Amino acid sequence: MNQLLWLIPGAPILSALIIVLLGGFLRYRHIAVLASCAAAAAFLTVLLAWLNGAANAQPLQQTVYTWVAVGDWRPTVGLMLDRISLVMVSVVSGVGLLIHLYSIAFMAKDNDYRRYYFFLNLFLGGMLLLVLADNLLLLYLGWELVGLCSFALIGFWYRDPVRASAGRKAFITTRIGDLSLALGIFLLFSQFNTLSLPVLFDAISEQWQPNSQLAAITAFMIFAGAVGKSAQIPLQVWLPDAMAGPSPVSALIHAATMVTAGVYLIARMHPLFELTPLVQWTVAAIGAVTILYGASSALAQNDLKRVLAYSTISQIGYMFLALGCGAYAFALFHLVTHAFFKSLLFLTAGAIIQANNHEHDIHRLGSHGGHSLLMHGCFLVGAASLAGIPVITAGFYSKEAILTTVWPASTGQLLWVIAALGTLVTSIYIFRTYFLLFQNSQKAVSISPVNRMMVWPLFILALLSITAGFVEFPAGWPGPQLWSTWLENEFGTATHPPLATVYVLQLIASLLPLLGAGIAFLLVRREKTGYRLPLSDFLRDGWKFDATYKIVLVGGYFRLAHFFKLIESLLIDAMLHKMTRGYKVFATYCRTGFEYGVLNRGLNGLLSGLRFGHAQLSTAQNGLLNRYALMICAGAVFLLGYWLW
Amino acid sequence: MMYWLSVLIFLPLSGALLIVLAWHNNVVMARRAALLFSAAELLIALGLWWFANPGSDGYMYIVRASWIPSMGIQFLLGMDGLSLLLVLLTALLIPIAILVSWHSIKLHWPVFAALLLATEAGIMGVFLALDLILFYVFWELMLVPMYFLIGIWGHERRLYAAYKFFLFTLTGSLLMLVSILGLYFIHGEQTGTYTFDYFALLHTDLPDNTGMWLMLGFFAAFAVKIPVFPVHSWLPDAHTEAPTAGSIILAGLLLKTGAYGLLRFCLPLFPEDSLEFAPFAMALGVVGILYGAFLALVQEDLKRLIAYSSISHLGFVVLGIYAWNQESLHGAMILILAHGITTSAMFAIVGMLEERSHTRLLSRMGGLLLPMPRLGTMLLLFTLSAMGMPGLANFVGEFLVLAGVYQISASFAIAGAMGIVAGAIYLLWMYQRAMLGEVNESPAWRDLDLRELSVLAILTILVLWLGLYPAPFLDYLQNPTDTIIELNTVVITGTEDASH
Repeated sequence: MNQLLWLIPGAPILSALIIVLLGGFLRYRHIAVLASCAAAAAFLTVLLAWLNGAANAQPLQQTVYTWVAVGDWRPTVGLMLDRISLVMVSVVSGVGLLIHLYSIAFMAKDNDYRRYYFFLNLFLGGMLLLVLADNLLLLYLGWELVGLCSFALIGFWYRDPVRASAGRKAFITTRIGDLSLALGIFLLFSQFNTLSLPVLFDAISEQWQPNSQLAAITAFMIFAGAVGKSAQIPLQVWLPDAMAGPSPVSALIHAATMVTAGVYLIARMHPLFELTPLVQWTVAAIGAVTILYGASSALAQNDLKRVLAYSTISQIGYMFLALGCGAYAFALFHLVTHAFFKSLLFLTAGAIIQANNHEHDIHRLGSHGGHSLLMHGCFLVGAASLAGIPVITAGFYSKEAILTTVWPASTGQLLWVIAALGTLVTSIYIFRTYFLLFQNSQKAVSISPVNRMMVWPLFILALLSITAGFVEFPAGWPGPQLWSTWLENEFGTATHPPLATVYVLQLIASLLPLLGAGIAFLLVRREKTGYRLPLSDFLRDGWKFDATYKIVLVGGYFRLAHFFKLIESLLIDAMLHKMTRGYKVFATYCRTGFEYGVLNRGLNGLLSGLRFGHAQLSTAQNGLLNRYALMICAGAVFLLGYWLW
Repeated sequence: MMYWLSVLIFLPLSGALLIVLAWHNNVVMARRAALLFSAAELLIALGLWWFANPGSDGYMYIVRASWIPSMGIQFLLGMDGLSLLLVLLTALLIPIAILVSWHSIKLHWPVFAALLLATEAGIMGVFLALDLILFYVFWELMLVPMYFLIGIWGHERRLYAAYKFFLFTLTGSLLMLVSILGLYFIHGEQTGTYTFDYFALLHTDLPDNTGMWLMLGFFAAFAVKIPVFPVHSWLPDAHTEAPTAGSIILAGLLLKTGAYGLLRFCLPLFPEDSLEFAPFAMALGVVGILYGAFLALVQEDLKRLIAYSSISHLGFVVLGIYAWNQESLHGAMILILAHGITTSAMFAIVGMLEERSHTRLLSRMGGLLLPMPRLGTMLLLFTLSAMGMPGLANFVGEFLVLAGVYQISASFAIAGAMGIVAGAIYLLWMYQRAMLGEVNESPAWRDLDLRELSVLAILTILVLWLGLYPAPFLDYLQNPTDTIIELNTVVITGTEDASH
């Protein structure tokens, strides 16, 4: 099994390579099937790993080759499959496969299918590489690779400048986070001279004391990287705009996998985070604030996909909250269930939007659009799971698990209240969307039936959105708790408060989604008569983060660049010009002052002196014989006198 | 085996002579002959690479012949791992430059080809010479044909640019000549043997201040070439006005001679003074990184933009060289290669765009990915490489440089790392303005033809190779790096001994 590990990220990457090199010779059907087969190959390899007992054995490892070799530091392209990675690869390759299949029908009418499948496959490969990497350098490679694919797929319809800008914004915003992650990696490297994860963890636990400053700084830097990728406050602004991409991309990259990479990273680095309670608390606090931010903003959105985008931000906030409270297993649990129900919601939304001439507005979709029963059902399942309708949905189990463990953490009561409030608002916004979309809407009669290739992925995801939660029943319930026991070796056990408190909390938290659905029903009825939420503009613009950043950061940056340009032209170039001019002035002075004034004049003087002498002398040569005779005599006298004297 | 080094220098020179003498009226033959000579040169370089043993200590090949014995001047060439890789880069980029100019040069092809080959000879000489006077001769030799390449085949303001380029570099190299002579006389007085031999001069015992001044003389020449922040002003003009082949040689090779000079002469000849100077040099490097990145953002001319990005990238090289440890030196050397390939490819692409549309202005481009998917894809790849995308060439260099710098000074590393974000900002903005959106104007855009595609394909393979499997290159850099690091440790232990 060890030898086959490379196939998991390798198959999609190879397929991407074939598509980019030979895609010109292939038709749509071939490319789509090739890409899906590659995703299937990755998924089957993961299944094979499960069947071979990867879930219980020692971590699988494979070193493909040595990547960089500098002195005795030799980071490799090395893969490691332990339980954390196993969770991630299963979700990524499984959901990835479903979305590849869904895309076959969804993208059939697009001419740029070659580019689409290239980046989709490359993304899958990058994401699998990211979660399988056994060293931080390779992890960083996967991390950037998925960022690139996200950029390219958000801006997939690049002829629209808004979409192209959205892609760029996503890339740059996440890159700011990546900068911090890279610095964290440098810090670890400078301390331990290695980036291999197992070696690092040993070294960290041996050499760094709890609460040490270095550990805190490193953990914070890595956390900031996760914040960028997972769209948490304050780097969340890119995700709503990222909805410009095709819906399957939003489902795969911006709901199920890439945006949860930050959660994976923190869970992976948990030995480091456990050393610094302060940073851990920061993680939880950011998560809690983001829950409220995302949920409240989703409340006021009119664009169907933007509702889901803000919802994703908010749900990842739950995962960060769990991470910050030390409940890593439950963060991953919520990651899994969220991947199912959110990609279900996105795929359904994509089908609805495509069936209604690319209409995104939920009001108009509800009043004019038509929806098939299947879409109705799938959306309802997704919405119920997202809201966490008690007992019957997967979302309930994962959210309940997180809420229970939050209570005993430091300032846990406050965090619990925020999270519970978030549950209420979540339920309100998603059922508001649901009611607006489907209440009183026509049955789809005119619309062509949904392609069968699109139906199967929806069915499977709907099924998983219901059943995936049954692996882990809430604390104090009669039922299996497979998830937390299975991950116990990796993360340890999470604590929960005494059972009496647990039951009270669970009761409150279970009633909130139902209450929220009721409120949503009333809200929609009033909204249809023209009622608007208080602060709805503020909420719709995502608490005005975007506008503020645009003025302060983007504007400031461009102004600084223009300032430097001015400096360049004024100071540096102008100084050169001045120097050149000074040189020229000097040269001119030399020419006029010295050359003309001194040399020329002197030379002229000399010349005119000579000319004068010449003129004088030539007058002597006048051909008069007596004058010659006189001269000769005078000369003779002179010579004679000289000689005698 | 040894005389192959001299062949590397004299083959292009004789090629240049032959072309001028034999085919000065025959464009077709001149082109072919130029390509043939440069290809032969590439083959020789590859052969040397094939037979070189990366583990061998010090110099793999040395050629020594006396030239002007009365003054201690020798014809001394040597090739270690660093020279080898730079020779390979040179031998690779010249045929590329010839292929890129195939149709775009309309006037005097034979002379153009001869000048290209002469430049190649000069650059080869710079990377191989180990006698200081010989080095100086080659250093000036590569300048002259370059001046004419810019001045004759350049764009609108070519004369101004060529003049500026010439003056800047000449001023720098004259300072270096003074330093070379100073070193020569000091060494001669101390030992009695007057020689320009690099190996003999290595261990000259210099009085305190003199060493610093001599070092600064060398640094001035190299800093102008690299170029380091305050003396960079010639570069945007020269790059912008030069013909495509000229830009490729300037960015891909000439800038590298400066970095090479630092590694080969500045640090080894004056280790103590260089160490003392290192913080200033690193600061200059960081300023260059950020300054170049800021200015690149607000350029309208695509070539000018890439020129400023070169200033930014070469800032990383300076930073890495003066951080002076294992990772950073390896990184700087790899980045030299990576930048040579990436930037050459970008200049080639801009040249191709210009051939089609006769403009380099971003404001007149837009949406070009639609009519030219191949060109757009290639540009994306090289843009990503320039941005430091892992898996592509520049990343390995930048990562190693920053990892090394971090061990010396965290604040320099943080400032340098910001350059990577700034790089993403201006490069993506450039790509979007040129390639995405709707098509603004439509001259008859046609996608890459076979010649252009194969040029870029070669560079693509190299970018991926350097990014994914740089080990074969890094192996050759281990010995040169060790040598330079040894100097550093010698200095440190030496001063410690003195203080005890």
